[in-house]
Amino acid sequence: MRLINQRPGVVLASFLAILPFAAVLIAYAIGSDIRLEANPNDKLLPAPATVFETAARLLTEPDRRSGDILFWLDTMASLQRLLLGVVISAAVATVFGVLIGLLPAVRNTLSGFVAVISMIPPLALLPILFIVFGLGELSKVVLIVVGILPFLIRDLSGRVLEIPREMIVKAETLGASTLVIATRVALPQLMPRLIQAIRLSLGPAWLFLIAAEAIAADQGLGYRIFLVRRYLAMDVILTYVIWITALAFVMDWALKTLSRKVFPWAEGGL
Amino acid sequence: MSFVTVENIFQSYGKRPILERVNTTIEEGEFISIVGASGCGKSTFLRLLLAQERPTRGEIRIDGNPPAVEPGLDRGVVFQRYSVFPHMTVRENVVAGESFRRPVGRFFGAEKRAAKARADEVLARIGLDHVADQYPATLSGGMQQRLAIGQALAAKPRVLLLDEPFGALDPGTRLQMHDFLTELRAETGMTVFMVTHDLEEGFKLGDRVLVFDKPRWDPTDPNAFGATFTYDFDARDGGIPFQNILEETNVLKSA
Repeated sequence: MRLINQRPGVVLASFLAILPFAAVLIAYAIGSDIRLEANPNDKLLPAPATVFETAARLLTEPDRRSGDILFWLDTMASLQRLLLGVVISAAVATVFGVLIGLLPAVRNTLSGFVAVISMIPPLALLPILFIVFGLGELSKVVLIVVGILPFLIRDLSGRVLEIPREMIVKAETLGASTLVIATRVALPQLMPRLIQAIRLSLGPAWLFLIAAEAIAADQGLGYRIFLVRRYLAMDVILTYVIWITALAFVMDWALKTLSRKVFPWAEGGL
Repeated sequence: MSFVTVENIFQSYGKRPILERVNTTIEEGEFISIVGASGCGKSTFLRLLLAQERPTRGEIRIDGNPPAVEPGLDRGVVFQRYSVFPHMTVRENVVAGESFRRPVGRFFGAEKRAAKARADEVLARIGLDHVADQYPATLSGGMQQRLAIGQALAAKPRVLLLDEPFGALDPGTRLQMHDFLTELRAETGMTVFMVTHDLEEGFKLGDRVLVFDKPRWDPTDPNAFGATFTYDFDARDGGIPFQNILEETNVLKSA
C-alpha cells in the first residue's frame, strides 16, 4: 500500500499528535539533567520541577515591594495593548479593504501605496514611534497597528476582489446601490475572512508587542522576560514563554470557533 | 413597436472583434434562445444586454428607453454559478430581490413581515419552502438555480437574462428545470433571453432561436472577424413554422 493511503487509526493518531510535545519535553529534561549533574547551580536549563515551582510562585505570590502579583499585571498590560492594536487594525482594514476592493478609483489610489508601505519593516519605525508618540502605551499600540495593518488591508481587499463578479452584477440587477452592495454583499462575506486574517496576523502582533515592551516599558510580558534575562532567570522566562504561547493558542482557537459558530454558511473556507 | 431593439451592435476587445453588425428586434413576452459555438460571443452579447459592458458601436434599447449604462432593476439575470448570496438563507435571498433597491438594502417592521410573507409564497411556488431557513450551500445545484430564478423574479424585472442557467446540472434535473421554467413563463409572460450551448434545450424552450456564428472566416487569422446572428429560427410549434395563420383573413370563424 502506498504511504499516501496509509491512515493511522484513532489511537495511533492521538499518539502521533502527542509525540512531538513529549519528545521536546523529554529532550529538555534529559539536557537539564545532564547539566545539573555536572553543576547543581547551573541556570541555563532549570529542571522541569524548578520551572513548575517558579510558575506556581509567580502566579500566586505577590511582589514583596508593591504587594501586587506582577504576573497578572503583566498579562493584563500586554493583552490590553495587543487587543487594542488588533481591534483598531481590523476595523481600519475592513473599511479600507471594502473600499479598495469595490471602488476602482480608491483601488487606483491606494493599492500601490499600501503595497509599498507594507514593505517597510515596522521595527525600523519603532524609534520614530517612540520619538513621536512617547514611551507610553500609545507607541506600543501604534507599532502593532503599523505592523499588521498593511497586511490586513492587502489581504482583505484581495478577498473583496475575489467575490465573483456575477454576484456583484446580480446585486446590481436587484437595484442595489454601491452602499447596499458594500454593506449587504461584500461586508458579510468578508467577515469570516477577516477572522481568518486576524488569526494569521496574531503571530506578528505578538512579535511587535514583545519587541516594543522589551525596549521601553515598565510592565508587560515582554518587559518581564527581558528584565529577568539579566539574572539568567531561565525558569521565569520559560514560564512566561509558555504562558504567551498558551494565550496565543487560546486566542487562535477562540477565533476559529467563533467563526464556525457565527458564519455557518462559510463552511470549508476556514 | 418592438420591446427590445438591438441596433447595429459591434463589440471588440482591443483589436479583436467579437461581435459585428448584430441587429434584431424582440417582442414583449418572447422567449429567445441564443445558441452558438464556444467563444462565439453569446455571453458577450448577454453582457451587453445586461449593460455590464457597453458596445463599441450600436445600442440596445428596452421599451424605447435610452441605452442603459450599468446593470439595473429592469434586467434580471441568472448565471450558471454564483447567482445567489451564500451568506443569506434561502428566504433572505428572495427578500433581497425586493429589499436591495432600498437605501440600506433592508426592510423594517411591518414591511419586513410583508416581504417575508411574499417570499414564503415565492418559495412555495418554486418548491423550496421546506429549506427556507437553510443556507444555499446546503442546496443541490438545481435547487440553487431555482432559488436564483425566484430571486431574480422577486425583483420584477422587465427582461430576464439566463446565462447557461442549467449548464452545471445533471440531465434529469435539467429536464425538471425546463418544466419549471416553462410553467413560470406561462404564469408571468416575461421576456426571456437564454444563452445555451444545448441546441435541443434552445429549441424546446424558446419561441425563437438565434444562432451566433461568424459569417466571414479568414483561415489564416481566425480572430479577424466577429460573430453575428446567422440564423433566426421560429421555434414555436416544435420548430415547424407556418402553423399559425397570422394575417387577418376573411375566413368565417365559428363564434
